[in-house]
Amino acid sequence: MNIIHNNNIAVSCAGISKHYKKVQALKNVSFEVSKGEIFGIIGPDGAGKTSLFRILTTLILADNGTATVNGFDVVKNYKNIRECVGYMPGKFSLYQDLTVEENLEFFATVFNTSIKENYDLIKDIYVQIEPFKTRRAGKLSGGMKQKLALSCALIHKPAVLFLDEPTTGVDPVSRKEFWGMLKNLKKQGITILVSTPYMDEASLCDRIGLIQNGSFLTIDTPEEIIAGFGQRLWAAHSKNMNKLLTDLRSNADVKSSFAFGDAVHITLNEDYKTEQLRHELEVKGHTGISIRTIKPGIEDCFMELSKSEKY
Amino acid sequence: MILLLMPVIQIILFGFAMSTEVKNTKVVVLANQADEVTRQLIERIDASQYFEIAVIAHNSGDVDNAFRDGTAKLAIIFENGFSKKLTHEGKAHIQLIADATDPNAATSFVFYAGNIINSYQQELMPVQSAAGLIQPEVKMLYNPQMISAYNFVPGVLGMIMLLICAMMTSIAIVREKEMGTMEILLVSPMKPIYTMLSKIAPYFVLSVINFATIMLLSVYVLHVPVAGSFISLVLVSLLYIFVSLALGLLISTITSTQLAAMFISGMGLMLPVMLLSGMIFPIENMPGILRFISNFVPARWYIDAVKTIMIKGLSITEVGTDVAVLSVMAVLLVIASVKKFKVRLE
Repeated sequence: MNIIHNNNIAVSCAGISKHYKKVQALKNVSFEVSKGEIFGIIGPDGAGKTSLFRILTTLILADNGTATVNGFDVVKNYKNIRECVGYMPGKFSLYQDLTVEENLEFFATVFNTSIKENYDLIKDIYVQIEPFKTRRAGKLSGGMKQKLALSCALIHKPAVLFLDEPTTGVDPVSRKEFWGMLKNLKKQGITILVSTPYMDEASLCDRIGLIQNGSFLTIDTPEEIIAGFGQRLWAAHSKNMNKLLTDLRSNADVKSSFAFGDAVHITLNEDYKTEQLRHELEVKGHTGISIRTIKPGIEDCFMELSKSEKY
Repeated sequence: MILLLMPVIQIILFGFAMSTEVKNTKVVVLANQADEVTRQLIERIDASQYFEIAVIAHNSGDVDNAFRDGTAKLAIIFENGFSKKLTHEGKAHIQLIADATDPNAATSFVFYAGNIINSYQQELMPVQSAAGLIQPEVKMLYNPQMISAYNFVPGVLGMIMLLICAMMTSIAIVREKEMGTMEILLVSPMKPIYTMLSKIAPYFVLSVINFATIMLLSVYVLHVPVAGSFISLVLVSLLYIFVSLALGLLISTITSTQLAAMFISGMGLMLPVMLLSGMIFPIENMPGILRFISNFVPARWYIDAVKTIMIKGLSITEVGTDVAVLSVMAVLLVIASVKKFKVRLE
């Protein structure tokens, strides 16, 4: 197992595996994250995102493989890593009985620093929650909690920031704000690893890794992943959506079909024309049929990749 | 709040409700032919703080009823022609019947009543007693009135301190694990020993307050004096508090849920402390194996030390063994919990 000691590498993993009693959480995972990058780990619940984060933040030990964070080994130099990373767990993990300000002060003390010292770094985020600084952390709204947790994770100016599903359970407006903050942090030179189950957040990362069942399907920039889709994609629509999905799935010429919100995204065999499909659907009694070409998104790529993974 | 009130409630509960001493026990008296002697004797018994004449019975049926409906715990029955027989034959019979559903209490009733009757007899016939009649004289060392508070205050002190300290701290670290805050604390440069010390500190203060409350209550409400040096008592207690906190800490580091921690510290400590500390059952009477196990119960040593200092009035130098054992326990427990403290989540 070779770890390339490159000064530009913030996080590197080589052949990481982890299993719990019955579940194989991570299978031979390898990847690298460059300094100053926003690296998104995107996958459904139970894909292994949290396990991976916990291994990198030295909270749990991997069964196999090695990993380094900021050049430090996660097993041997775990104490060094704990000094230079910021970690925001998926579950809100601040002291609910303490006020906003007390929480921040507490974590500043824990990390041997003070709020003043790194106030610039958290200023943009903290000013938004400052009006509530005497409120108890447990009484904050979801978005506020995330902002406070992020402030606490940043208080010691970490080199690498690990955010485990920071936007889960947060309203769309706050989510957008949150990603704006991450962009600002990137400008400060902080490497950010962020996991999320939301595919639409993928395009906001510099590079993403699509993860499922403990292994990466692909790791690339969002643009490259979308470009790699390589097929035409149609969105099909009809009055009876449930029937449409079953009918499309029973059609041998439809290569894939997934329900996406109010439409079914489909790919077709090479020589199969949409006119044919429309005709066949009309025969089956569908009305109001529309089939139009669309640009594939990350989610389409994920579906396609996870499908090819299975077979 | 609960943590501060619990010792108060417990000490008062043990102090008054669970007292085994004899106080104002209801007595039924049957004297078919009342005369000067029986009257005097009855008055004497009634006047004592131990007994209170509840019923004057007229026949044995009344006595039975008094026992049955619980109006009396002790019956004193004079035989017919009591004073006549006493003066003429030099002996007369008194029958003492005690409600032995609580055998310990019954024994004490009879013992106390017997004492009163004996002393009356002596006054009545000083000549006879002077004539070499051997009267056993029992002296209750350290606790002449056999006040049970003297026994249980050290016991309750030992139990409450251990339970509260251990229970409180056992939850402390587990709660961090359950709340998820441990995850962040671990991913920080905080040393485990600092985490643990900072967890112990507030509970140490709380325990000291609890100790002070118990002491105040025992001295001013239960009237248990501190015969020995108060400073020695405080020193031993601080050591004991520290042992208890360390024990709680160890429980906290090895369990993973608050419920399990509560269960271990509650059930796992309560029973051994109650049964094996000498608080209820004397250690000397235990079978060898239990006596051996009792050596590992910190409360045993503490209770012994408190009894020595508080009741017997001896100084800290007399409890060297207890202090040494407790100190060794403290050191071992702290080492064990630091070693057991997980620097990772699993």
